[in-house]
Amino acid sequence: MINTPLFDTTSLMAALPEIFLLSAIVVVLLLDLFLTKPFKQVTYYLTQLSLLTTGVLAFNLIGEPETIILGNSFILDDMASVFKVFMMVAAMVAMVYSRHYLLQHSLFRGEYFVLVMLSILGMMVMVSGHSLLTLYLGLEILSLSLYTLIAIARNRAGAVEAALKYFVLGAIASGLLLYGMSMIYGISGSLNISEIAVFANSATLASREVLIINFGLVFLVIGIAFKLGAVPFHMWVPDVYQGAPTSVTMFISTVPKIAAVAMLVRLLIDGLGAMQPYWSDLFTVLAILSIVLGSIVALLQTNIKRLLAYSTISHIGFVLLGFATGVITGYGAAVFYILVYVLMSLAAFGVIILLNKKGFEADLISDYKGLSAHSPWSALMMLIIMLSMAGIPPFIGFYAKLFILQQVISSGMITVAIIVVVFAVISAYYYLQIIKSMYFEDGDEAQESIPAPIDIQLVVSINAVLILVVGLFPDFWMQLALSLF
Amino acid sequence: MVSLSDYLILSAIIFCIGLVGIFVNRTNIITLLMCVELILVAVNTNFIAFSHFLGNEAGQIFVFFILTVAAAEVAIGLAILTLLFRNKGSINVDVTNSLKG
Repeated sequence: MINTPLFDTTSLMAALPEIFLLSAIVVVLLLDLFLTKPFKQVTYYLTQLSLLTTGVLAFNLIGEPETIILGNSFILDDMASVFKVFMMVAAMVAMVYSRHYLLQHSLFRGEYFVLVMLSILGMMVMVSGHSLLTLYLGLEILSLSLYTLIAIARNRAGAVEAALKYFVLGAIASGLLLYGMSMIYGISGSLNISEIAVFANSATLASREVLIINFGLVFLVIGIAFKLGAVPFHMWVPDVYQGAPTSVTMFISTVPKIAAVAMLVRLLIDGLGAMQPYWSDLFTVLAILSIVLGSIVALLQTNIKRLLAYSTISHIGFVLLGFATGVITGYGAAVFYILVYVLMSLAAFGVIILLNKKGFEADLISDYKGLSAHSPWSALMMLIIMLSMAGIPPFIGFYAKLFILQQVISSGMITVAIIVVVFAVISAYYYLQIIKSMYFEDGDEAQESIPAPIDIQLVVSINAVLILVVGLFPDFWMQLALSLF
Repeated sequence: MVSLSDYLILSAIIFCIGLVGIFVNRTNIITLLMCVELILVAVNTNFIAFSHFLGNEAGQIFVFFILTVAAAEVAIGLAILTLLFRNKGSINVDVTNSLKG
């Protein structure tokens, strides 16, 4: 690795998925210009094909030895490849759901798919970032695409307002993150993650230097917390979730969270692992606040997208708690949790989108009254998802919470564990509330269900059943998550 | 001779002006964009100062990227503002209240 020249064409193989996706984006963007109305679906199928190919390319790189290319700024390791594969699968599922939604609400445009692919490219760069510069650029590619993606429903005042709020708060978050990066660069003299790690690990740090690193560290943590949506940096989450078109909300709530976790790992574990006692304390506070606020405020919501936003906040609290333990098994549990969260969140939004009709958003909790009477299968899937999110065995959500709590207890944070369990029980109330609406309340008889296309029905079903099936074999996935560190 | 700490204090002051500006500003959204720019200027000052005093060019290269991204960011921000004006007929901060929170 030391003797590799700065630019060597064969070394670019390590970045093959990114390079392929970038070329595919350009092709799809240009092709979409020339497609007339009846052939617009081609964009969608090409997008799916590009995502599939990128996923396969990333899958083939699993097990390759760790390589660092492009002047030490891009890393290929198992964690990067596994995250990329999961991101591609999640994005493909999200696109199946999106298409149904976009067609129902006349938002189907080629740009939507191009922007989604661009944001995924940004996420892949983040996942593989090995220098502060690559991490920042990946983050910006992701964020800029997402701002535009929300505003794609340009005639909806709510969507534009959500885009603006996300834009302003996202820009502040990037600014804070950059300020932290500049401090870290100033004290360590390098943008490179491994050189920063060497500097932070050196035993001869003066207390002044530790102080400056911690000063920068606080800004980095704030920036990451903003992107993940942890309390007290969660202000954008409910508004953006509610205002954005549901398919965009689904996308924002799933795939970028994996990338944000990857950025957290790169910056704070790979880079500033030596400062773990400091950031662990910050994370513990953020996690407890997130779980408490996410559980309490969600009780008052009437909009299901807003409810899921608060539920996301409390899930993110659990993820941060896993990182706060500061041990490898804790990190593994956190990664496992985020992947499980993505699975559950996709399924939840999938059912919401499944119930969408022309001019009907199905985004109020009251819309779910009596769902079991007119579409029992959707109701059953929603039941599985809600029970899993509430953390009831044998669904996968239970094991995700269990693994985190095991690590929290074994690292001696008993009080934290008790607080978290109490609020997890409180949060079960609002998940059960939805189930009660679906099964025990009478709905509007006029809401006759129109059968949705078979592809989305099939994917939603598989997605929801996976929550149950994976829940029966959690160990394999936990081992996989652990093997990444 | 201007020392490193002078630059850092200057950038910290600019940074705080930008940050406070965002939170106290209750009138116009364009002011918000200007405050975001101030934050980025502060970061750039930091990077250039560090880069100069460390004798390491990486920081200056980072600044070029920040400038480019900032330009793209403002373009998107202004586009969203145009949409907001079309939908609501105003770009005051207080029109962004239909989503509670």
